[in-house]
Order: sequence, then structure tokens, then C-alpha cells
Amino acid sequence: MPGKTTRRTAQGLLPSAAPVRFVAEDGTAVARPPGGYTEPPAGLLREAYRRMVAGRRFDTQATALTKQGRLAVYPSSRGQEACQVAGALVLGEHDWLFPTYRDSVALVARGLDPVQVLTLLRGDWHCGYDPRAVRVAPQCTPLATQVLHAAGMAEALRRSGEPGAVLALVGDGGTSEGDFHEALNFAAVFASPVVFFVQNNKYAISVPLARQSAAPSLAYKGVGYGVPSEQVDGNDLVAVLAVLTAAMERARAGGGPTLVEAHTYRMDAHTNADDATRYRDAAEVEQWAGADPLARLEAHLLARGELTADDVERARAEAETAAADLRAAMDTEPVGDPLELFDHVFAEPTPQLREQRALLAAELTAEEG
Amino acid sequence: MAKVTMAQALNTALRDALSQDERVLVFGEDVGPLGGVFRITDGLTRDFGEERCFDTPLAESGIVGLAVGMAMGGFRPVVEMQFDAFAYPAFEQIASHVAKLRNRTRGLMSLPMVIRIPYAGGIGGVEHHSDSSEAYYAHTPGLKVVTPATAEDAYWLLRDAVADPDPVVFMEPKKLYWSKQEADLTRRGAAPFGRAAVRRPGRDATLVAYGPSVPVALEAAEVAAGEGVELEVVDLRTIVPFDDETVTASVRRTGRCLVLQEAQGFAGVGAEIAARVQERCFHSLAAPVLRVAGFDIPYPPPKLEHAHLPGVDRVLDAVDRLQFGDTPDLRHLGGRIEGAA
Ligand SMILES: Cc1ncc(C[n+]2csc(CCOP(=O)(O)OP(=O)(O)O)c2C)c(N)n1
Ligand SMILES: [Mg+2]
Repeated sequence: MPGKTTRRTAQGLLPSAAPVRFVAEDGTAVARPPGGYTEPPAGLLREAYRRMVAGRRFDTQATALTKQGRLAVYPSSRGQEACQVAGALVLGEHDWLFPTYRDSVALVARGLDPVQVLTLLRGDWHCGYDPRAVRVAPQCTPLATQVLHAAGMAEALRRSGEPGAVLALVGDGGTSEGDFHEALNFAAVFASPVVFFVQNNKYAISVPLARQSAAPSLAYKGVGYGVPSEQVDGNDLVAVLAVLTAAMERARAGGGPTLVEAHTYRMDAHTNADDATRYRDAAEVEQWAGADPLARLEAHLLARGELTADDVERARAEAETAAADLRAAMDTEPVGDPLELFDHVFAEPTPQLREQRALLAAELTAEEG
Repeated sequence: MAKVTMAQALNTALRDALSQDERVLVFGEDVGPLGGVFRITDGLTRDFGEERCFDTPLAESGIVGLAVGMAMGGFRPVVEMQFDAFAYPAFEQIASHVAKLRNRTRGLMSLPMVIRIPYAGGIGGVEHHSDSSEAYYAHTPGLKVVTPATAEDAYWLLRDAVADPDPVVFMEPKKLYWSKQEADLTRRGAAPFGRAAVRRPGRDATLVAYGPSVPVALEAAEVAAGEGVELEVVDLRTIVPFDDETVTASVRRTGRCLVLQEAQGFAGVGAEIAARVQERCFHSLAAPVLRVAGFDIPYPPPKLEHAHLPGVDRVLDAVDRLQFGDTPDLRHLGGRIEGAA
């Protein structure tokens, strides 16, 4: 049965006029953040800081691994760590995450094994982890298709009366895809416990936001579907955490979906294979470097006395150790068994797949011999 | 045995599946109080409640994508696409996710879901209401593709599809919805899932058909018998998995093979069958494998569909081309053509 959809007024669905912000670029606290959101506790901010340091280091390490041929491709999220880490930290044990190819740092922040996270990007044919065990769907490449799966999982949770909510990640370009809109509409009609989290990093490969959408902000895309929407400074970890926490809590409490747009920036090229100088100016990148989310949180927590220089050192050292571990673990080429390619097409292989498997086995034996 | 229509058999199958497994859900466009435009879900919302059978917003990709998420969450969705051509918006979800999730998770996550699609022509539908789209799905690894031709098969194959651990595209020949047949829906007489059925034995040639073409094949076999040619009619029942064994055994017995499909012929399921038969039965064949199919044109308007659809005459013309009168030159074959003169 469709959930109780109390028709809200359009006014009540609108995002804040300007992105919600708790901390200014220089690390100073904003006097009165809009929207009435609760500031996350200091302990959680310290944890977020550690994971952002680790995430940043993981990301640069992964990019480095592409240069050594250890990864087939890597879409960096450098500059988007506030979104990535907040997205992971708002998840409780019953919640699910539906990520894209861009969101490896979110998976690492969620506690997944970095080597498993990089399985697909290493060039393997499967996602590398057990989605049910970690409550994270396989990283998704066909744009916005995962947003519908997230809505479906949310409906599954709601209909089976299980606790928990779902966080769906999607890019600015992905909000132009039909599946994004269908997902918002379905979730609104069924009042499903799902939060749609758009990381607006200003580009879809080479295409800038202005060519992607004429909406006042992508957050306005929720209004027509009856989905309460919000926009947030995506480089302000405190703000992203506050807004996502509220949205997830509302979802878990039966209040239905929310759309959250985070304004952020993709500091690196689309992937290591892309040349961003063909479509954007160095000056623009330089300007965003001044809005770095990690430097901002660090300055903020240091100024508040929630973080010491020692803590900073320790966080960096831990990240360095993790990066060294990752390098070591990725030093060996994974040897996949070609015959396993037949094993998971169906629960039981068809007679034809059995024949083809035998054919390939014979070919491989002949090659060896 | 009682007489039932295929529509009733499908409805009963959904009822029994809903009763026996609380994880089964039925949803789609107009499947709730209306019972679907073909009434296949008639009364399900009334009898099982909105929780188990419900209408969704109008978006096919949304319906299938939602089903993917719900299956990941432990349900067994059975979704209805309203018509063949209106399932195309869902194609990305079907090809990229429905078909691949098991593989993408190295077997850890399966997608037990059924996508029901009323398909093919013969009901005088206006444009976009009569497509034979089975080849698109059959060409996609990871999908099982089923199409029943009898009421009894409709029931049992749908029960099998719902119970299957993998996704099944269940294609319902809409022109057969109202055909009435004796069918036992309480005790299984139907062949297992994945096996073809010999609907009529015959010694002269094998006629392979599926779904909407099976009644045409049987009618043609009846007429041919009157003219002294005994056709063996094989009903595939499941296109994927494909039952090479039954088809091959039949063709090796008869030495001749026709493949009948309502769909346009080029790159169709019939082409695949013809290739498989000649690969496996070459030395048993006394004539080329012939395809009898629709033409390679967009599905014609209601008043002209009879010209497009392969009927009894087109089948019989093909039978005439099976070279029964020829004396094969056996020299280079060492004389080993079974059944040859
Ligand atoms: C359906 C689909 N179309 C095209 C692509 C190719 N593609 C991969 S990423 C990308 C850009 C996506 O941009 P955005 O949604 O903003 O996410 P970002 O990469 O910036 O994180 C495109 C066009 C795809 N993966 N899926
Ligand atoms: Mg983008």
C-alpha cells in the first residue's frame, strides 16, 4: 500500500535559498546556519576528519596506482571528501548505500576493505565485496540506474517493516537521466525511506553544469515530485553531515524521501584517462582549491580546540600506513580464472554455457601444452 | 479436466504464488483494481491486498529498477509491462542490471524476479501493440526467456519462473490469452522448465515453434498430414534455456527441419535455431533448414497484419521446399544420410 503521502505545500519542499553552511572557507563558524539543522557532535567531527584524511590519501594513492598500471581506471573524488565521508558516516547498521563509480572514498569511509573496493576498477568483472554483508550495492556505472535500485531497496525495507533507510549517490549529470526522475517520483508516491544525495561537482566528464541544467539549483528537481529538498555547501563537512543526518532520520522515522544537493568540485580530471585542460581553466580549479573541504575542517577543528597538531600528525601517519598497505596489496596482479566467467551467469549454468566452458577449458589446456 | 483460458491459468499461477510465498509481490501499470489491461491480475488486489498487488506510477524503467532494488531487499517481484513495445524504456535496467547482478556480485546476489510481457500480434492492435521482442531478451546473457503456448504451460512455467533464483522474462502471446483448453493446474503434467515438448509426433520433418506460433504449427501439421506429410511439432516453451537435445533428437529422426516464428526473421530466434540445427544435425539433413517468419518490416496496421503473420499457407509452402522429391547425390557423403532414398 502506498505510504501516507500528506501533500505538502510547494513552499515546504523548497531548498534553502543559499546552500546550507556551518563553516566558512577559512574555517570560522557561520553565525546562524539556515534551515535549523543541529550541529553534529564534536566527536563525530573528529572521526570525520580522520576519515577525510584517510580518504584523501586513498584517493591520491589510487590515482598513482593507475600510473603504474595497477588499476585499469580511477575516477578521483579529490575535493569531494566532505560528501564522501559524510555520506558514509550517516549510515547506521541497518542502512544501505547505493554508490557510483566516483564514490570509492565513501566505501572506504564506510569501512570496506580498500582492495575489495578497487576490484572493479582494477579491471575485474565483479564488485569485490558481498553487498548484503556490508549493505553497500555494487558501485554503479550506468548513470542514475542505481537511484531506482535505492528506491526499491527503501521500499523493501518499508514493506517488510525493517528499520533503516537508504542513501543513493548520484552526480550532477546523472540528474538529467530519466531514472533519476522516476526514482524521485516512485519514492515520493510510496513515501519510501530514501535520501537522494547529488554531488554536484560541476562537470559531467567535460560538460559543465550550465549545459546540464537550467534549474535554479539541482535541489529544485525534487519540488515537482513532492520531495522535500535541500542544498548544502558540499565542501563543508559539518553542513553536509548535519543536512544528511536530518534527512536520514526523517526517512527512518517514516517521513519519506529527501533530495539533497551538495555544491562541490571535482579537483581532478574525470578519470586518470581524461584531460581536463581541454574544457576548463586552471584559474577555476585554483579558485576551488581555496575551498578545500579537508583544509577547512582541519582549520575549524584546530581553532575550536577539538583537534591538536598531534591529532593531525597521527591522522596523516595512519593514512600513510594505509596507503603503503594498499600499495603492497595491489602490487600483485590478480589472476582471474577465465572459466569462472561462466559460473555466475545463472545459478545453474545452461547446457550451452557448460559446453562453452568446456570449449574454453580445452583452448586453455592447448595453450598451456 | 476443466477447460481454462491462458489468461485464467496465468491469474491462477499468480494467486498460487502469492499464497505460497509472502515474498512474492505483483506490481505494474493498472495491475491493481483494474486487474491489468488484459485482466491477468484480476482480483489480486482485492484478494491479497494493496500490500501484495499494487499500481505504480507510469514508468517502465522505474518499475523494473524498483523491482531490482526490492529483489535485492529480499522480495520476489513479478512485474507487468503493459505491452511489448512499452517495455523498451526498461531495456537499460534489464540489460545492464537485471541480467547482470548475479555476475557482478560473483554469485553472491541473485535477482529472483519475473518480468511479464504480453507480446506479439494477431489481435488487431494499433501501432506499438504487437511487437515480437523476444530476440532482444534472448540475446542478453543472464536472462531466462519463457513463452508458453498452452494454458497448462502458462500456469506451470509461470510458477517455475516465480520460483526461479534468476530473473525470467515471461513473454505471454497475447492472441492466446483467450484460447480455452483442458488443463490440469493442480497436478503437474507439464514438462520441466528448460525442456521443449513434442506437441505432435511426425516422421517426415520437424517443425520448431514457440509461443504464438505453436497453434499455427499444429494447424499446418494437420493440413500437411492430409497431404501425406507428417510434421513433428516441437514447442520450445523456454527460449532460454534452449533445449538443443529435444530439437536435435527430433531432426535426426526426421531429417528435415522448419523453424517457425511470428517475429521478423532477420537475426531472430529462428535464425539461431536454424544455425544450431545445421551445426548438430548436418549429416542427418536431407534439405536446408528453412525459416518461416514475419517480414522485416515494422509491425503492420490491423487490417494488414494477416499479410505479415506467418500462417498455415506460408508454412505449407516451406514444407514444399523441403526437397522431398529430390534424390540426393550421396557420393561425397559416403551414403550416410539417414532416411534418404
Ligand atoms: C547511461 C550512461 N550514459 C553515459 C555514461 C558515460 N559516462 C560516465 S560518467 C559520465 C559523466 C557523469 O557525470 P556526473 O553524473 O556529473 O557524475 P561525475 O562523474 O561528475 O561524478 C558519463 C557521461 C554512463 N556511464 N552511463
Ligand atoms: Mg559531475
